[in-house]
Amino acid sequence: MLEVKSLEKSYEKDKPALTDISFDIKPGTFVAIIGPSGAGKTTILRSLNQLIKDDGGQILLDGHDIRTANKTELRKYRRQIGMVFQNYNLVERLTVIENVLHGRLGYKSTLAGVFGRYTQAEKEEAMSLLKKVGLENFALQRCSELSGGQKQRVGIARSLIQHPKVILCDEPIASLDPASAQNVMELLKDLTEEYNLICIANLHQINMAKKYADQIIGIRKGHLVFDENADMLSEDILKTLYDQDITKELE
Amino acid sequence: MQSPVKYLSRKGWHQTAIIAIIGGIYVFGSWILNFDNLNGLLAIPKAFAWLGVNFRPNANTMEYLPRILQKLIQTVLLAIASTVVAAIISIFVALLGSKVTGINGFVQTIVRGIASFFRNIPLVAWSMILLFSFKQSDFTGFLALLLMSIGYLIRAFMEIIEDEASETMLALKATGASYFQVIFQAVLPQILPSILSWILYMIENNVRDATLVGILTGTGIGFIFDIYYKSFRFDAAGMTVLAIIFVVIALEIISNQIRKVIL
Ligand SMILES: Nc1ncnc2c1ncn2[C@@H]1O[C@H](COP(=O)(O)OP(=O)(O)OP(=O)(O)O)[C@@H](O)[C@H]1O
Ligand SMILES: [Mg+2]
Repeated sequence: MLEVKSLEKSYEKDKPALTDISFDIKPGTFVAIIGPSGAGKTTILRSLNQLIKDDGGQILLDGHDIRTANKTELRKYRRQIGMVFQNYNLVERLTVIENVLHGRLGYKSTLAGVFGRYTQAEKEEAMSLLKKVGLENFALQRCSELSGGQKQRVGIARSLIQHPKVILCDEPIASLDPASAQNVMELLKDLTEEYNLICIANLHQINMAKKYADQIIGIRKGHLVFDENADMLSEDILKTLYDQDITKELE
Repeated sequence: MQSPVKYLSRKGWHQTAIIAIIGGIYVFGSWILNFDNLNGLLAIPKAFAWLGVNFRPNANTMEYLPRILQKLIQTVLLAIASTVVAAIISIFVALLGSKVTGINGFVQTIVRGIASFFRNIPLVAWSMILLFSFKQSDFTGFLALLLMSIGYLIRAFMEIIEDEASETMLALKATGASYFQVIFQAVLPQILPSILSWILYMIENNVRDATLVGILTGTGIGFIFDIYYKSFRFDAAGMTVLAIIFVVIALEIISNQIRKVIL
């Protein structure tokens, strides 16, 4: 269970990027965060694993507040929270399997991690996860040789090998063609169910949010304006959310 | 709103003005320096003709070749050694000083300061300064090249880290990886090709500069060029220059091949 309570953040004085953001997410839920550009979606997502230090509120993962963790505790929380990026953020020169294994670093001693020493069990798990995302034949290929959709699936495998409770996706399909985008969304949806994950994705495509998400959170100018089941998202709400008529996008 | 036509015609006008200003500065400068353009131009072919006659190696020049080659190898090794040591030092310093891997703002400012200090003192000045402490020796040349290279490489490496490694760093940080794990597993592998490319460039550059440094510090190929030149053995001096040109071009070809493989 992920509970966010009264989250606050401002990058500059008197210009709040987030104001009083509160929501709950149950395991096994695929959540889409939608809202116009600059609304604060990335800020929310990066606060959840404390890549951005917020200014106030609570972030409870199964009852423990991540915000008050010290450095060692934060490492332990972060390894339970996977992250998937718009630009994949892989080490392009390394092979696919090395990039997947990077997801284990949070569990390893500094020295073992520095030299990239992984156990047999970890390597086998990496292979089976590659199979799950449909890349078992690419394990030894350099990431720079993959297509965007394939790279994103490597990113997803990297987050899965963390044995996460939560996966955060910041615009996971924004750089992909429509077919790869569908493919990645389905994968995320299936994995959420299979592993009983909390999967949170920032999305710009409202039709995708409606199609795949269980729960939708709407953010506008740093305020939470909507937090309901996906089927409750109406045209009126979209109008207030985006300050304009974008109902055509729904068709 | 400016119309595109207006914008473009204005841009054309600006360009004309800039060219006119540069031309004006040139004319003004020649006038101040009493530089005679026409005679200057006419002197160039003469200079080449003189070079061609006097610097042309002849049959007797061959006896200098072993000595020239020996000094040349010495100089190339000096350039390589100073660059490699400079690169190793620069990587550590650049990691400490870059915006994404750095310790804090204060250290970053210090590192930037040090790098620009080393870079902005001319190589000749470095050699002269170091000559006081280390006399005429290979070590003086090594140190002068080292300090200069460090100045350039720190700056270049910091920019490479900031441009190429920040995104993957973020991803590994998010998995719970520690600082050193992030450096070794994400930052270093990601920046390696660009770093190598810079090192190769710096070696080429340092072979050229080592010649100049050698004239001042009395070592390597620069030193024998100086001796041959001052003792009017122009054919041997010409041979030395040819050998340097040959090596620099060869190095450039080799490093381009290496770049093709690693990038
Ligand atoms: N590092 C930063 N420094 C200062 N202001 C920032 C910084 N990052 C974000 N902001 C500001 O905070 C607000 C929220 O930004 P955020 O990136 O969270 O928006 P977003 O909803 O993710 O937008 P997009 O859909 O374009 O990605 C914006 O007004 C932005 O300008
Ligand atoms: Mg964003």
